[in-house]
Amino acid sequence: MSIEAFYIILTGALVAASSALLGSFLVLRRMAMLGDAISHAVLPGIVVAFLLSGQRESTALLIGAAASGLLATFLIELLHRKARLQEDASIGISFTWLFAIGVLLISTYTGQVDLDQECVLYGEIAYVPLDQVSLGTIWSGPRPLLVSAILFALTLIYLLISFKGLKLLSFNEDHARSLGIRTQVWHFSFMAMVSLVTVLAFEIVGAILIVALLVVPAATAFLWTRSLIPMIVLAVIFGVLSSFGGYYLAVGINGSIAGAMVTVAGLFMLLSVVLMRVLKRS
Amino acid sequence: MSVVNQGYKGAVLEVHNLSSSYNRKPVLWDIDFRLEAAQLVGIVGPNGSGKTTLLRNIMGLMEADSGYVRLFGKNLNEVREKVSYVPQRESVDWQFPVSVREVVEMGRYRPKNLMKRLGAQDHDLVDQALEKVGMLEYAQRQIGQLSGGQQQRVFLARALAQNADLYLMDEPFVGVDAATEDAILKVLSDLRDQGKTVVIVHHDLQTAYQYFDSMVLLNTRLVAYGPRDKVFTRDYLQEAYGGRLTVLSKLSQVIASSEFPVREKGFKEKSGLGDAAD
Ligand SMILES: Nc1ncnc2c1ncn2[C@@H]1O[C@H](COP(=O)(O)OP(=O)(O)OP(=O)(O)O)[C@@H](O)[C@H]1O
Ligand SMILES: [Mg+2]
Repeated sequence: MSIEAFYIILTGALVAASSALLGSFLVLRRMAMLGDAISHAVLPGIVVAFLLSGQRESTALLIGAAASGLLATFLIELLHRKARLQEDASIGISFTWLFAIGVLLISTYTGQVDLDQECVLYGEIAYVPLDQVSLGTIWSGPRPLLVSAILFALTLIYLLISFKGLKLLSFNEDHARSLGIRTQVWHFSFMAMVSLVTVLAFEIVGAILIVALLVVPAATAFLWTRSLIPMIVLAVIFGVLSSFGGYYLAVGINGSIAGAMVTVAGLFMLLSVVLMRVLKRS
Repeated sequence: MSVVNQGYKGAVLEVHNLSSSYNRKPVLWDIDFRLEAAQLVGIVGPNGSGKTTLLRNIMGLMEADSGYVRLFGKNLNEVREKVSYVPQRESVDWQFPVSVREVVEMGRYRPKNLMKRLGAQDHDLVDQALEKVGMLEYAQRQIGQLSGGQQQRVFLARALAQNADLYLMDEPFVGVDAATEDAILKVLSDLRDQGKTVVIVHHDLQTAYQYFDSMVLLNTRLVAYGPRDKVFTRDYLQEAYGGRLTVLSKLSQVIASSEFPVREKGFKEKSGLGDAAD
């Protein structure tokens, strides 16, 4: 394996693993489409952060995206709880509206915004090795790899801290609230993490395919086990394997790596469904 | 049998002029009642009469339009540890990947211990709760592999693990067979005998009279509340259930049988035996 291949696979694996960790709870909370919503809703945040900072590679983008992801979460809650709109309608309205604002901003500031739409939609994981960064003499390597590693660490720490809170909230929100637990804190912190993962993926696998990384490995894992921790571990494994498989599939047929990753994740899902049926019969 | 004094003399639950609505459609209208400690209380009324809404209002899960609730003479937030809420069984996804024990452990979760591991005392309470509802041997089972009656027992065990003084349960007898119904009732009667108060939403008139010491009869408005003999009259029931023919004909059966003391005595003896065994 060349060092470039190693960098690409590792970056993909870290993003996929972070997505799988959070995606497990999205799937269990029946909020898979909220991942989709947030992946669109982060656009205006990214554009605004870009306009303000003038850079494509900055923490400002992450903050902007996380902020508009949270704004979307907040809007959805507002429409659903206060205006008493159905939840799916609230989601549909919030994210398309924010996405529209993003599109509007991009089209208004075309001269200044150098945001490649192809890149937003499909990511550019293949260019990971080209974007080098060095931290003094300690470490030097691809910047996306470093960012993904930090993100994975953050996600893991977040999940360790909030595991019980998320479990309680996901299983029975009314019961959690009756215990005096502030479920909104867990809900919003969780959505902030989903926003963060989503925006990172924005430059690696693209805004659309991240939804697949959030949902597919977790849903596949759910087919195999009915215990929470094994499910999360399995989801991470499926995510990491998709990164490996996707890279070699893409190289084999000379196609998009991000597309291949998601294709492989989908194949795992299909294979699992078929295997389950066969196992049940025998 | 000794009644453990819970250290509180006034009403355990007071609901004051409570009104509540969904989409501006009133669901509860000016509800006002108070319940004393150490009783089994039934909240009874037809479908859609606001029983679930009443419990959700008491637990602060939805905002009332007007009125307020006092628990042990205080605001809910000051006495949360003493109150346990059991939602309707349908309110959770039973395919959720957790085991029976994990669900019952959730009864020990508190805002303060949410980032820590449960202690030895918590695990003891969980074991005791599982034991009481006869689910100890199923502790490691995934909840998706339980029958409806077993699911109800798990919910009951989660509430027992909370070790509260007031229990609010939404339809704990739905989907259980006669044996499980007896077992659950036995656990609830024991709680009552320990001086705890158990409020149960129940929709079966036939058994309501047997089970409860007091009743709250509801149909958007409060029809009546108090000792069961005061509430369970033809007039009040007719008022709550309206002119629905099938219900009315059932009612006369129920009232007839409730004037027939053998059933009631049968139940008392049953719970009496249970106490002796303790
Ligand atoms: N989420 C909701 N949105 C709108 N209306 C609701 C909602 N939940 C309940 N309602 C309405 O409020 C009224 C009271 O409902 P509630 O669930 O409190 O009744 P209930 O007495 O518990 O009935 P059941 O015996 O069927 O459980 C009903 O007319 C119902 O249609
Ligand atoms: Mg109800």
